[in-house]
Amino acid sequence: MNTQSTSTPILELKNLNVHYGAIHALHGLNLKAYKGEIVTLLGSNGAGKSTTLRTISGLLHPSKGEVLFHGNPIHHLSAHEVVKLGISQAPEGRLIFPDLTVFENLEMGAFLSPDKALFKKNYEYMISLFPRLKERSKQLAGTLSGGEQQMVAMARAYMANPELLLLDEPSMGIAPILVKAIFDAIVQINKQGTTILLVEQNAFQSLKIAHRAYVLATGDIVMEGDAEKLLNNPEIQKAYLGH
Amino acid sequence: MSDQVAYFFQDLGQYLINGIAQGSIYALVALGYTMVYGIIRLINFAHGEFYMVGAFVGLFLIQAHLPFIIALPCAMLGSGLLAVTVERLVYRPIRKAGKIQALITALGVSLLLQYLGQNLLGADPRPFPDALENKTYMMGPLMISKIQLIIIVTTVILMGALRYLVMYTKIGKAMRATSYNLEAAELMGIDTNKIISFTFFVGAALAGAAGVLVGMYYNTVEPMMGMIPGLKAFVAAVLGGIGVIPGAVLGGLVLGVAENLVIGFWVSTYRDAIAFAILIIILLIRPAGLLGRNTREKV
Repeated sequence: MNTQSTSTPILELKNLNVHYGAIHALHGLNLKAYKGEIVTLLGSNGAGKSTTLRTISGLLHPSKGEVLFHGNPIHHLSAHEVVKLGISQAPEGRLIFPDLTVFENLEMGAFLSPDKALFKKNYEYMISLFPRLKERSKQLAGTLSGGEQQMVAMARAYMANPELLLLDEPSMGIAPILVKAIFDAIVQINKQGTTILLVEQNAFQSLKIAHRAYVLATGDIVMEGDAEKLLNNPEIQKAYLGH
Repeated sequence: MSDQVAYFFQDLGQYLINGIAQGSIYALVALGYTMVYGIIRLINFAHGEFYMVGAFVGLFLIQAHLPFIIALPCAMLGSGLLAVTVERLVYRPIRKAGKIQALITALGVSLLLQYLGQNLLGADPRPFPDALENKTYMMGPLMISKIQLIIIVTTVILMGALRYLVMYTKIGKAMRATSYNLEAAELMGIDTNKIISFTFFVGAALAGAAGVLVGMYYNTVEPMMGMIPGLKAFVAAVLGGIGVIPGAVLGGLVLGVAENLVIGFWVSTYRDAIAFAILIIILLIRPAGLLGRNTREKV
């Protein structure tokens, strides 16, 4: 990916400042993601990772700074308008719709695209990645295990046919065996051409699959670089990998 | 002795019929309370006024010699449009202000519409024309009036339509998604403001239908008519489990039947007291209501 520095990033956060009332959650954050990448955003609890994703998605609006998608500012848009542009999110805590069936959850993911052929293609792809979802398609999503719910959340976000997929802690609270399935699926989805911004506390797993990484601490980027380099960085190993 | 038993059951059957007709009305109004609460956690105390406006629209159209079958949907449309306007102008700007603020505002809207109604339409009750040539049918020893029959049939049709809308259509699923979590729905690309507007519309349209039916049932329409039925429908919604659509139907029917049994076997002046006594008892025993889940209250 040597062309990175010359091409326009698919997503760019410029001097992003976000306030929750009096709390200054993000202090001038800068981040770029290029087409085809997996970029991971690491950091401990409360560093501002979810705030960053929520701001990209339009659930929060920056007090200063910009969110650029293909170079165009999008931070004034509401969340449902951001989805229309091709950015979708599997949010923290999954937030699947418990009273809707698994299939209906996926239908909601494709809410904006009336294209039935595309729906079918994306649905087939998702159940090939997560065969359990097919078995459970008529079950109410609230009856699924945590790992299965995470699969629903990811598949639901993918059904919007996004160019950029935002994943907020997909491994949180999930059995280790399913964590592997989830990370494998992220790699597969990325190989199909979807750019991914992955927020994680599980630094080791995410650095292994990501191209580049950013480390966030108390609302600002403190480190960035190739994922491989960060994986071998003694500071990162000490702080996040438990070495 | 056996005569007395026979009379008792005949009375009981009659009060049940009356109660189901009355309860259908409560159920139609309660649905709007519960749907709006389900989607934005607001007790819309102005909901009784949507019912009143529906009754007036129905009255004017029937006075203009339009048939019931046209007056009813027009009244529903009138109530629905009023609700959408109120939501847009009043509730949406204060949505983030807090629950108490929203509740007080709803009370304000209710009073505003009541007194605006008195100002524009006069405080005197108006007779509702007998558009349907009411008559009474005998079913064995039991009587059912044509209007009661129309109330029950209309309610069943509207509830069937509502169930289809909420369970099987795309917008209905979006309503359920929004009701579960507004932000999650936004992340699907659902314009939740439109869904909220639509929910107000549907809820108020059902109340408007109830208004026309009640106008015909009691032959009278006036600007304050929404107050007590509005409160009772609220009781019915809480009784069934607020936010739960089948709960509103069940709550409405239970309340209507209970009231008519009180009227029949006890004293009619206690009917309103009974409605609220039932509310208090249910809330003590089952705080979430008959069909309510243990609340996952959002903080």
